[in-house]
Amino acid sequence: MKTKRVTAATLTLQLGACSYQTYQSDFANAGVEDRQFLILFWIFVAVCVAMYVLVIIFLIAGIARRRRAGDANVVETGRHHQSHPLLRGGLIGWAALVSTGLVGLAIASFFADRTMANAAANEKLSITVTGKQWWWDIQYNAADVSKTMRTANELHLPVGVPVRILLRSDDVIHSFWVPSFVGKQDLIPGRDTDVSFTPTKVGIFRGQCAEFCGVEHAHMAFVVDVEPYGDFIKWWERQLQEAQPPSTPLALVGYNYVTTRECATCHTISGTPTGGRVGPDLTHLASRHSIAAGTLPMGEGNLYGWVEDPQSIKPGSKMPTIDLEPSDLHAVVAYLETLK
Amino acid sequence: MTSKAELQSIEEENRELEKERAKIARDGPDLTGAALAARLERTWRRPPGIVGWLSTVDHKEIGRRYIVTALIFLALGGALSILMRLQLARPDSNLISAARYNELFTMHGSTMMFLFAVPVMEGVALYVIPLIIGTRNGTFPRLNAFSYYLYLFGGLMLWGAFALNIAPDVGWFAYPPLSGPEFSPGKRADVWAQMITFTEVSALAAAVVLVTTILKARAPGMTLARMPLYAWAMLVVAVMIIFSMPAIALCSSMLISDRLVGTHFYNAAEHGDPLLWQHLFWFFGHPEVYIIFLPATGFVSVIVETFCRRPIFAYPVVVLALVSTGILSFGLWVHHMFATGLPRVGYSFYTAASMTVAIPTGLQIFCWLATMWDGRPRFAVPMLHVVGFIVTFVIGGLTGVMVAAVPLDLQLHDTYFVVAHFHYVLIGGAVFPLLGALTYWYPKITGRMMSETLGKIGFWMIFLGFQLAFFPMHIAGMMGMPRRVYTYPAGLGLELPNLLSTIGALVVALAVLLFVINGVVSLYRGAIAPDDPWDAASLEWATSSPPPVYNFAHIPVVESRTPLWDVDGELPVVTGLRVDDKEQLLTTVVDAEPDVREPIPEASPWPFISAVATGVLFISSIFSPWAIPVGAIPVAIALTAWFWPKDMKRQPEPVII
Repeated sequence: MKTKRVTAATLTLQLGACSYQTYQSDFANAGVEDRQFLILFWIFVAVCVAMYVLVIIFLIAGIARRRRAGDANVVETGRHHQSHPLLRGGLIGWAALVSTGLVGLAIASFFADRTMANAAANEKLSITVTGKQWWWDIQYNAADVSKTMRTANELHLPVGVPVRILLRSDDVIHSFWVPSFVGKQDLIPGRDTDVSFTPTKVGIFRGQCAEFCGVEHAHMAFVVDVEPYGDFIKWWERQLQEAQPPSTPLALVGYNYVTTRECATCHTISGTPTGGRVGPDLTHLASRHSIAAGTLPMGEGNLYGWVEDPQSIKPGSKMPTIDLEPSDLHAVVAYLETLK
Repeated sequence: MTSKAELQSIEEENRELEKERAKIARDGPDLTGAALAARLERTWRRPPGIVGWLSTVDHKEIGRRYIVTALIFLALGGALSILMRLQLARPDSNLISAARYNELFTMHGSTMMFLFAVPVMEGVALYVIPLIIGTRNGTFPRLNAFSYYLYLFGGLMLWGAFALNIAPDVGWFAYPPLSGPEFSPGKRADVWAQMITFTEVSALAAAVVLVTTILKARAPGMTLARMPLYAWAMLVVAVMIIFSMPAIALCSSMLISDRLVGTHFYNAAEHGDPLLWQHLFWFFGHPEVYIIFLPATGFVSVIVETFCRRPIFAYPVVVLALVSTGILSFGLWVHHMFATGLPRVGYSFYTAASMTVAIPTGLQIFCWLATMWDGRPRFAVPMLHVVGFIVTFVIGGLTGVMVAAVPLDLQLHDTYFVVAHFHYVLIGGAVFPLLGALTYWYPKITGRMMSETLGKIGFWMIFLGFQLAFFPMHIAGMMGMPRRVYTYPAGLGLELPNLLSTIGALVVALAVLLFVINGVVSLYRGAIAPDDPWDAASLEWATSSPPPVYNFAHIPVVESRTPLWDVDGELPVVTGLRVDDKEQLLTTVVDAEPDVREPIPEASPWPFISAVATGVLFISSIFSPWAIPVGAIPVAIALTAWFWPKDMKRQPEPVII
């Protein structure tokens, strides 16, 4: 089970693109919306810390005052006791302070919310993401239908371009979350939802399902690759191409296995006689950063591990463990590696 | 000269008076001291033996059982959290499988919310409320017994299912469609939904007992304006239970019928709606949080008053804060649903409403601190817990203000930040005061004091361990850790916060263990407690420790908010309740003027038998819809026996002044 240990960390290090501060974090400040979030967050933190300090000062003052006054164990009762006039004024002042603080925070929150809604109005790129147990089906939409393209578990986005992601689910509720850019949006069966944001930093980021969706919820992640616009267009063009025919004899054996045996039931590789829609589209599998929805970094060893025994890597996954002959396994992996 | 008719009517009147006097004589006017106590003991004690044990209707016995059972579930739920923390101590850990982990967090959340937090608050109230308001038993005592057994059976069913490896695995809020028939085949989700049915029926029954007891059974003179703040808190909570539980009864019943008989309430493909569940669930779920928290504010008010030697500052403000929190809590449920894509302008309303709750809570905190500032606090163990509560809970309240804001919540929702937030609110806000309150009332319940030394060590362990366990979770959440993941990849920077959390959780577990040890050892070794060991002001301290089965030999009369502080020597009492029959004095709702003498039902095994029959119905309906009509027959028989009129002569009687 060596492969199991090699996970997203290695992926990060391999790519050398990001440290963990930006890879999957609210602190990444990698999108217009996340920046808004961070500004608002620190405003809230400042106000809340101030209020907290007041409470603690009052608490300490109460304890200290008692120390000064000595330990007189005297009861003063309701009928004889008059509360300190300072306290009565303090109560009114405190109520006013708390109310003012809350109104201020509510207003700040309202304006941040409106600003964050701007990306939707300026939409330049439309992507449909469908949540499945436990992976992401991704379709890039274009006005020209021939440019519409399907992939899985990996978003490529041009930097600085507002994107709108239409969210669908066919099974249970999932939640789309790339903390480095924007907050969550649920994918709910029977409802059309969407989330808009504008990435501002080039790099590799990670997103993850944030609504508990069943046994492998923890392994329902995806990679977001933010590129300069030119690179993004090149990537899209390449994704539009059909899969390359197998170039080596071994890959050909793998091709025959994949297109005629179990694999084709669930997976599609465009340009081949496969058409399954249960699992991710594999047309350009080897060009992706990860396998099995962000579970393993892409690589020959991990491909072997995953194809041979997905159930031990992601128990409960819909991909069954098939008892492949070693020769078939070599061939299948050899073919999959050609799907650049 | 008087006419014959007039003479007759006078004679008639005399005869009536004679009859009334005969009744009054039954209050044993000549009995005092030990003789009176012995007579009352004979009238009030329950039948002996196992049948008597199952038949009891004494609020103290039922309250004790509630508390002990709930603490056992706390230990079980806590053990699960330790397992989860061990799994999360390292990234990519294989200690616990994904499927098992999902069961663990479902069991942990369901146990803590439904089998520990709400029942323990009810249990303490069922024990303390009749004493603190000065009456001999809760109203509807058989209903009270019924509620306990249903709660017990619900808990046993859930944990029995866990032992049989059919524990629920869909989270404590069980969102459909994941919990629906298509994505959760088998019986796991049904077990969860039926556990809800048990606890909601039980909680409703206990709430009815509490509302009626507080409104009708207060000691004469204890007007609403003189009622202890703890009674106010429980009144608000019980009313909230009555209004919120029907929402979850409805949504869990619809889930059961989706699963059992193929209705499609939550099936989008058949024009049902998964969001219907979320609205109904959180319409219950958010008040639920305050149902757990408000009793704790009652504990804090009582403890602060006793240990600061002052009545709570601005009593009316605290009462209004309790009532307004109760009302506002019904207007916030959508803040659990900010990520579902409802209209954004509508969200702003719920942001504002959620933030508004901070005002009454902030005012309560000011009032406690003001009482401390103005008073002479003694830092005994209960008071230490109150200080720990303020330091911890306020952080949870402030992060609550953060997650009320939509732009912040969308990032923080369903992450470890929220896990940290609600543990600060529920452990800091409810468990700390609960431990304080249990220490505070322990001498009243058992007649012995808990160890002060162990209590102080335990407090510092749980207080510091808690901060270590839960503060790093805020950071883990901000660094991208969603909740309910059985593992997380290395390299996201989550290793350190998770390791700290695990260490902290172990310290908290040790502290809870220490509390239990302290509780058990003190039962045998603790110093004998006097009637009023803390020199407190409320009525529960006016009777012996532990109280006799009839609570008070004579019902005390109350003339102020702090009766035991305001009266030198003996409290004034009312006499005239029967000694040869179980009777309770009911008073008017607002002014607490004597109203009627109400007979209290005898001990009876039928509430227990009814609960068994109801439990059989609930559990078997997991397997077949026919269990409902068939199982209803024994329930009907048991209820008929329960309510069979046995003694037509026992009627409420007017108070003769």
